[in-house]
Amino acid sequence: MSGNEDVTHLEEELPPQELPLDAWHRAKGARMVAFAGYHMPIQYEGIMAEHAWTRDHAGLFDVSHMGQLTFSGEGADDALELLLPSDIKGLKPFRQRYSMLLDEDGGILDDLMVSRLGDGAFDGAAIYMVVNGATKYDDIGWMIEHLPDEVVMNHMDEQALLALQGPQAGEAMATLVPGTAGLLFMQCGLFEWRGVPLWISRSGYTGEDGFEISLPASDAALLADALCALPQVKPIGLGARDSLRLEAGLPLYGHDLTPAVSAIGADLGFAIQKRRREEGGFIGHARVMKELAEGPGSKRVGLRIDGRLPAREGAQIYAGDVLVGEVTSGGFAPTVGAPVAMGWVSLPHAALDTALQIEVRGKRIGATVVPMPFVPHRYRRKA
Amino acid sequence: MSRYFTDEHEWIDVEGEIATVGITDYAQEQLGDIVFVELPAEGATFEKGDDAAVVESVKAASDVYAPISGEVVETNGALEDEPALVNSDAEEDGWFFKLRISDPGELEGLMNEAAYKKFVASL
Repeated sequence: MSGNEDVTHLEEELPPQELPLDAWHRAKGARMVAFAGYHMPIQYEGIMAEHAWTRDHAGLFDVSHMGQLTFSGEGADDALELLLPSDIKGLKPFRQRYSMLLDEDGGILDDLMVSRLGDGAFDGAAIYMVVNGATKYDDIGWMIEHLPDEVVMNHMDEQALLALQGPQAGEAMATLVPGTAGLLFMQCGLFEWRGVPLWISRSGYTGEDGFEISLPASDAALLADALCALPQVKPIGLGARDSLRLEAGLPLYGHDLTPAVSAIGADLGFAIQKRRREEGGFIGHARVMKELAEGPGSKRVGLRIDGRLPAREGAQIYAGDVLVGEVTSGGFAPTVGAPVAMGWVSLPHAALDTALQIEVRGKRIGATVVPMPFVPHRYRRKA
Repeated sequence: MSRYFTDEHEWIDVEGEIATVGITDYAQEQLGDIVFVELPAEGATFEKGDDAAVVESVKAASDVYAPISGEVVETNGALEDEPALVNSDAEEDGWFFKLRISDPGELEGLMNEAAYKKFVASL
């Protein structure tokens, strides 16, 4: 564990690093900020315009800061079923699943996407995983500690990751890679574009239809240029990525999810399939079972805010005089046209339609527990 | 009428004893899309440097300080319905509030337009 901590410490001390598309973003007029240890584009023309473009057309996001890992070797499935609460053995080739890393107490160390590879992608590895950028080195340390020697984990730090999101993402992607037209939500596959191998999944972080494309960093600018040359596509920054995912009700690790909260409280029970609940055998199982039986102490909920004043992360939530929770993500929701928030509220106050108050700069504003997403998902599923 | 600027990116138009205060075009550009402006109450009095208003952009809340001391005599109600006025017309229709100046001497340390332009160019 000490070696792992040293790596983390070193990472925090380093100045922000450059991603493969750094120069590309700057040439497109991006305003760059330091995020997750990298210089990243927060916006190009403006968050509202970029948000609206993604909801109406297709936006291209550079998410190369995220950690891309592969797993191979005898017993990889068994090893991953210890680390992840999700059904890995039942994950078919070319299928992707949302999952988490839980600690011994059931706290959430990270949330992630895991898929079963095929067609010899990534040197014939068995499993592909995408974890959050800010947590990737901690995740790697945690997994090394728990993986047997026969299972080989490879951190593909020479691999870029692009996301193409929006109702026109399908037609844009198919223009360059016709084979992607057949993919449905949470399916993935190996494709080729101008001789470049692309591992593409139909998924994303905006609530819209779209894709995530893993490719060699050296080819990322070429593909980004080809996509942005299409009339449907514009580059979109981190700012709109955050407002889009908030409207989609998707939690952000480090904010809505932390080691202090549990999977059931976070409303992520869907990622823990029946067999795993019954059989256990994963780190954090006891907490999951206890909370499934007794309910969690508090829950992640959506909040509609009265008026126009945004309630942001850290704002305290009250039921009358009683402090019952805290906002973990909040802001103006461009598609909703009003502020919305996500927060953690103690169970007795977390039921839908519960009227609460949020304190913003000494003022109490009204809020109501509402279902998420705030903007309906438009994933491409089987008809 | 003369216009002054602060290094906190506010502009101040002075006409007699009344100062109209807003944020500069540079400031609105840096903040990005503005979605809410919290204005002070009429009659509130501020010392120079007090928190006087809050600008909420999509991504963050930012304080606006009283650039000089005074009493709030009027606020720009148009910003309640249309906070984006601060983006589209920061230095005219997007004004925030008017102060009755309590110490005209405080204006002396402020920048004129040429000095402010130079200041922004140096950032």
